[in-house]
Amino acid sequence: MTNLFLLQLLNGAQFGILLFLIAGGLTLIFGIMDFINLAHGVLYMIGAYLMATFSLLTGSFGLGLVLAMAGSLAVGLALEFLVFRRLYDRSHLDQVLATFGLVLVANESVKLIWGASPLTVAMPELLAGSVPLIGPLQYPVYRLLIIAAGLLTALGLYLVINRTRIGMLLRAGASNRAMVSALGVNVSRMFTLVFAFGAMLAGFAGAIIAPILSVDTGMGESVLILTFVVIVIGGIGSIRGAFVAALLVGVVDTLGRTFGPILLRLVMDPAAASQAGRTLAPMLVYILMAVILFARPAGLFGRKPQ
Amino acid sequence: MTLLSVRDLRKSYGALKVTDELSMDVAEGELHAVIGPNGAGKTTLVAQLSGQSGSDAGQILYSGQDIMHLSMPERVQLGLARSFQITSVLPGFTVLENVALAVQARSGTSFRFFRPVAGQAVLNDAAMAALAEVELETRAGRLAAELSHGELRQLEIAIALATAPRLLLLDEPLAGTGGEESERLVGLLGRLKARMTIVLIEHDMQAVFALADRISVLVYGKIIATDTPAIIRQDAKVRAAYLGEEA
Amino acid sequence: MNAPRIAGRTKAAILLFVLFALVPAAATALDDPFFLVIATRILAFAIAAMALDLVLGYGAMVSFGHAAYLGFGAYAVAILTKLGISDIGLHLLAAIAFSALFAAITGAISLRTRGVYFIMITLAFAQMAYFFFVSISVLGGDDGTSLAQRSTLFGSDVLENDMAPFYAALALLVGFYALCSAIVGSRFGRVLQGTRENRLRMEAIGFSPFPYQLTAFVISGCITSVAGVLLANQAEFVSPAFMNWHRSGELIVMVVLGGVGTLTGPIGGAVVALLLEEWLAVFTEHWKLAFGLILVLVVLFSRGGVAGLIEKLKGPRT
Repeated sequence: MTNLFLLQLLNGAQFGILLFLIAGGLTLIFGIMDFINLAHGVLYMIGAYLMATFSLLTGSFGLGLVLAMAGSLAVGLALEFLVFRRLYDRSHLDQVLATFGLVLVANESVKLIWGASPLTVAMPELLAGSVPLIGPLQYPVYRLLIIAAGLLTALGLYLVINRTRIGMLLRAGASNRAMVSALGVNVSRMFTLVFAFGAMLAGFAGAIIAPILSVDTGMGESVLILTFVVIVIGGIGSIRGAFVAALLVGVVDTLGRTFGPILLRLVMDPAAASQAGRTLAPMLVYILMAVILFARPAGLFGRKPQ
Repeated sequence: MTLLSVRDLRKSYGALKVTDELSMDVAEGELHAVIGPNGAGKTTLVAQLSGQSGSDAGQILYSGQDIMHLSMPERVQLGLARSFQITSVLPGFTVLENVALAVQARSGTSFRFFRPVAGQAVLNDAAMAALAEVELETRAGRLAAELSHGELRQLEIAIALATAPRLLLLDEPLAGTGGEESERLVGLLGRLKARMTIVLIEHDMQAVFALADRISVLVYGKIIATDTPAIIRQDAKVRAAYLGEEA
Repeated sequence: MNAPRIAGRTKAAILLFVLFALVPAAATALDDPFFLVIATRILAFAIAAMALDLVLGYGAMVSFGHAAYLGFGAYAVAILTKLGISDIGLHLLAAIAFSALFAAITGAISLRTRGVYFIMITLAFAQMAYFFFVSISVLGGDDGTSLAQRSTLFGSDVLENDMAPFYAALALLVGFYALCSAIVGSRFGRVLQGTRENRLRMEAIGFSPFPYQLTAFVISGCITSVAGVLLANQAEFVSPAFMNWHRSGELIVMVVLGGVGTLTGPIGGAVVALLLEEWLAVFTEHWKLAFGLILVLVVLFSRGGVAGLIEKLKGPRT
């Protein structure tokens, strides 16, 4: 049982790290640009699809990954230039509608280009094994690498935001856009930078998860709403918040799905426990969100609403 | 009788002390002006007194009751109303509707879903009375967005009046007005003096000295002097900190 | 606000109702029963869009979770029918009661937040409800479940033919329009709209916005659930797809396309959006791409939706 717990804990952490990679960029976009972007999941999905294509074309995992990231960046920048740029000054409602339209366009376009069946991406031989951890517990190398990559990204983001001049400008921009602009900072270039970075991270997340999950058009949607939950729990604009919330959400969701039915079987018969488990487990994360928001409407690390 | 008593009010933004152990008393029925240089913390004071923002420490007693933890709507229900330095109205509503809403807030429940509100005489009559008070009744049917700046200042006061306040906090009502408009507003305030207690934050020294029963001088978040206009005029500290700078 | 403008919207609404009333005759004349089916769906969505306008247009609360209430209405019918209870009165009661509860609880939490937070939280709560119904295997899970029969009215199966649900839907639309118009023009409606215009000003005259916003939220959810009951009856089939987040997005599209804050606009918006979907689907199975593209372009290049265009055509305000 402890082994199962540790295993799922690690899986939860890995899932959380994945969510962080997507949420990290998005929380900055929400916080600094006050721009609600429903289409962020699209970049995650494109990253995965590009990974499938490029790794097949080049025959190399690493090259595929790099090309997929570059591709996501390109798509992100194109979208920013064509659509998002015109929405920064519009109401949240307009932003919601336009990005919702983009989600529809993107999902169908992907189906047109790649077809409706899911794709698979081959896991490179080198990373396909497992390493022993504690006792008999073995854990896949690949998943550990994802965790490591995520932690490095988190560290890097933290250093940039808190220790560099660019980071200071970003934090200032999140606090008071007009003031920063009045100080002579090119705000629109800052926005493009933030957006591009967020797009690349999301694409990276999609690319590295591709060998583990099946690549299909539903993947962006399923992750998008959880990403929102992460951002809301963590507090808009806070990288630290996104990190903590992502791990929390990842672990709660994974452990809930595994242990929920197990725990319920202690109090009810297996059939009922199975049904109750399947019903309650996905809801756990949302209940968590509700509880946290009731106590802190701006999230764990967010600024109090004025 | 003291209607409003502020004791050691404190508010800081990080290291910046905006309100620094501020104490003042406002007697019922008086027009108490608060003057001070820009940046002294006047608007922050109004925000704290009205409930728009919280304070870090201190006491605000209104009619003997500690209102520190009451929200702005709750304080308004007790008769503590305010006007805004930067006009804050409902631009898509007519002038009459703006004021009628203020009347509605104190006229029974607003959880009424079926009767049309537009024709309710109990609201409109009181609203027109408030508008007549500020001499804006001719503009009652116009959208608030169409008013001139001076008319908006009048509307601000009309809305505050419509809440039937006991204590009226006026945040620079003369801001941006000149000549005739100013004179009219000063006349209005003179008429209102008799019916309610007024705390007047103002820069316009002519108006202040014409209207105030007492003046408090706010410098760097602290009240450095409170007294009658004649004495304040002569006070050396005040001249040095504020009036003197203007000379 | 201004009397002439309100009358204009009401006139437009009455025109729409009359046009709707002519649909059954047209359907018989064209010998196209599908016309009636589509019209019934449009009516149901018009009710939902109008209800959403109450909070979105008049209250400036961008709820991205309203499809959940469509689902509650639909599943109320499905669950009660499975339990052998087929009376439409009870279906409606269950739908409204559950929706009121859900709206009250989630609204109380959501309304403590603003802006982007609010949008995402309403989305998240609706998603939670969606997953709940997906997980219930006796209701078919993801695939949904078909209804053994439509709801009964005082024991009779009058709703089984296609005319009756249409007229029921039309009657409900007219009734709810009258209700929402009354609400919007009442004391309550004025507070709601005042809060939309300037929240700080409302607090400064003594109104605490929360109770009013929450009430509007609950009313809106309840009305939307009635639309869900209608949809379930019309399709004789219920699935979680009724309440996925795309649906919530579509509802917002209908409101905005038609014109926020007009009550009539969303009705028109529902007509345009659903007809557009049907028409595009004729050309390609990838109709969503065209729909999404149109949506993006409309948002980028026009404001105020159809109602705004009409205002522009009418000329400046007199």
